[in-house]
Amino acid sequence: MATPLSLKELSKKEVLLSSGHRMCSGCGAPIVVKMVLLAAEYPVIACSSTGCLEVSTCISEYTAWKIPWIHSAFENAAATIAGVETMYRSLKKQGKITDDIKFINFCGDGGTYDIGFQSLSGAMERGHDMLYICYDNGAYMNTGIQRSSATPIGADTTTCPVGSVIPGKLQQRKDLTKIMADHGIPYAAQAAISNWQDLMRKVRKALDIKGPKFMNILAPCNRGWRSGNDDAVMISRLAVETCYWPLYEIENGDLKITSKPKEKKPLTEFLKIQGRFKHLFAPENEWLLKKAQEDVDRGWERLLRDEACAAGSKPTEEKTEENQ
Amino acid sequence: MGKIVAVTGNEAVANALRQINPDVCAAYPITPQTDLMQRFSSFASDGLVDTEMILVESEHSALSACIGASAAGGRAVTATAGPGLALMWEVLFVASGMRLPILMPVVNRSLSAPLNIHGDHSDAMGARDSGWIQLWSENAQEAYDNTVQALNIAEDMDIRLPIMVCMDGFIISHSIERVEYLDDDVVKNFVGEYKPLNPLLDIKHPKSIGPLILPDAYMEYKRMQHEAMSKVKDIVLKTADAFAQISGRKYGLFEAYRLDDAEVGIVILNSAAGTTKDVVDSFREKGIKAGLLKPRLFRPFPYEEVGEALKDLKAICVLDRADSFGAFAPLYVEIAASLYTYKTKPILINKVYGLGGRDYMPEHAEIVLNELVEIVKTGKVKNYKDYIGVRE
Repeated sequence: MATPLSLKELSKKEVLLSSGHRMCSGCGAPIVVKMVLLAAEYPVIACSSTGCLEVSTCISEYTAWKIPWIHSAFENAAATIAGVETMYRSLKKQGKITDDIKFINFCGDGGTYDIGFQSLSGAMERGHDMLYICYDNGAYMNTGIQRSSATPIGADTTTCPVGSVIPGKLQQRKDLTKIMADHGIPYAAQAAISNWQDLMRKVRKALDIKGPKFMNILAPCNRGWRSGNDDAVMISRLAVETCYWPLYEIENGDLKITSKPKEKKPLTEFLKIQGRFKHLFAPENEWLLKKAQEDVDRGWERLLRDEACAAGSKPTEEKTEENQ
Repeated sequence: MGKIVAVTGNEAVANALRQINPDVCAAYPITPQTDLMQRFSSFASDGLVDTEMILVESEHSALSACIGASAAGGRAVTATAGPGLALMWEVLFVASGMRLPILMPVVNRSLSAPLNIHGDHSDAMGARDSGWIQLWSENAQEAYDNTVQALNIAEDMDIRLPIMVCMDGFIISHSIERVEYLDDDVVKNFVGEYKPLNPLLDIKHPKSIGPLILPDAYMEYKRMQHEAMSKVKDIVLKTADAFAQISGRKYGLFEAYRLDDAEVGIVILNSAAGTTKDVVDSFREKGIKAGLLKPRLFRPFPYEEVGEALKDLKAICVLDRADSFGAFAPLYVEIAASLYTYKTKPILINKVYGLGGRDYMPEHAEIVLNELVEIVKTGKVKNYKDYIGVRE
């Protein structure tokens, strides 16, 4: 019997990432890990790529992980957990192991969108029974806020710094959740810590599906985003309400938006509380602000279309067949 | 009682892997290794092994998957060659740093550029400092025998280190030779059941593997790797003794061929040693005291034993099938280090041969031995490092 997704019941479960780790105060990433592990109703083995979470949770003889955990390198977390999962299948087949175990990656956007992309794509295509979770803070935060392909347009980072000629990052983010869904995997989803029930429900659903799953979870970074130490959840909520970070899931190709904002807020609500976008509000960068809003609008409209298409596709097809 | 077959080196090693029956095998195609993993994959497809295959998208992922699989708590193997080994370079150190007994046959191939798929030792020499044990093989029989012995060495509880078994690309991997196979059950008993150490899959006893280690402790970890490596020689010899019991074939740290009373000698790895032995014989027939030393265990390198075997020669040429541009080639450096501590020592010269699969012919060995004879006679060395079999 699964623990109900209520604070009262969840508070009785053991938190599997102990406090005392060395993540920055107010970081979104350990919140992601705690929520995911609280949601899991199975024994879990985790694997992280090199990055903030990895270097801060397991130093020398100290580890914050109360579950089996492995870190190998930056670009190979998906291949590494694929190896663990394959050994599990082999030993289970040979009757040398009986436990029912789930395998989860916790990797940052640099290790996922960029350097680990090939390894991730390969593992998804091979169909390992694993859940890859990207905690997306939109830059290489561990090395000091360098731009990644997850960095939003207009952001000020240390490798696309705002200068007198270049106003921050000029390119759109890679739409990784869609790209992963397009691998034909059974489940891909986006989630945010502000909507914790939605996040945990998605984790549970993913773990109950056999095969490769991908979840992209927004993980605000107050150092890189230049926001307040206690703003992570509030900024996540604004990311959802402005449709910068829509919450949706794609199950066997069908897209469903899992939380629609009652009123879609302007993107500036999300941007203005972050120092990395401060320069966008200068008159000469108005065009960039406009473009950022247009990108979000286009993405949201496409999601609505995809959802309508998924909702309508099956009955329509059936009708067509009947007509024939 | 075994079986005598005519097989390629790749086929022999694939058969050894079938007999070992690893729990997980990661495979990625690269010439001239491809044929090895194709053969092993068909064993998996035909249900002849319990192995779960991971058909990865790169060699980097092949070894990464083996790291995960081995850390999970079972036997993991892969195989590679040339640029594939080069792509693995980063994670070679992860495997050895985590002390995971992964087995990896390496079908030695040159490195680009220019692109060349043929045999030389640039790949494995580039990995010599990665903390992996390296066994080298002259022919298909040795490649088979080394593969059968590899896990008994790697999985020894005193060391737990990854191991490469090297054989020359095409020259051995694709040539058909006479090989004596051991019976399946003999190999199975020899290799034995896998003994896991801190397996990740033991969910009741959670472990964190792969921590961040800062300057306060990192060096101790590295020092321990050297300590483990220093124990390998004895384990290799112990394993060789046990292997001789089941096969009748004796192995050591290296092969010394007509070396006891030799005055001139060649040190050479892998397939070219066979050609050289023939030439050594013909020089002996002429009354010239020639000999050969063929290293088998290249990492860790048995300096004392090699030095002892070579110290009384008058002149030696180390023939390297890999180069270090602007420096002496890798095998030469080891032989020089082996002899350095002796007060009187042989004159030592270095020749690079056979790069990118360039044929090594008996006349090359003749030229080298004649030059050594001349050096002994005159005491003069024209070039300490030179090339052989190349258009100048």
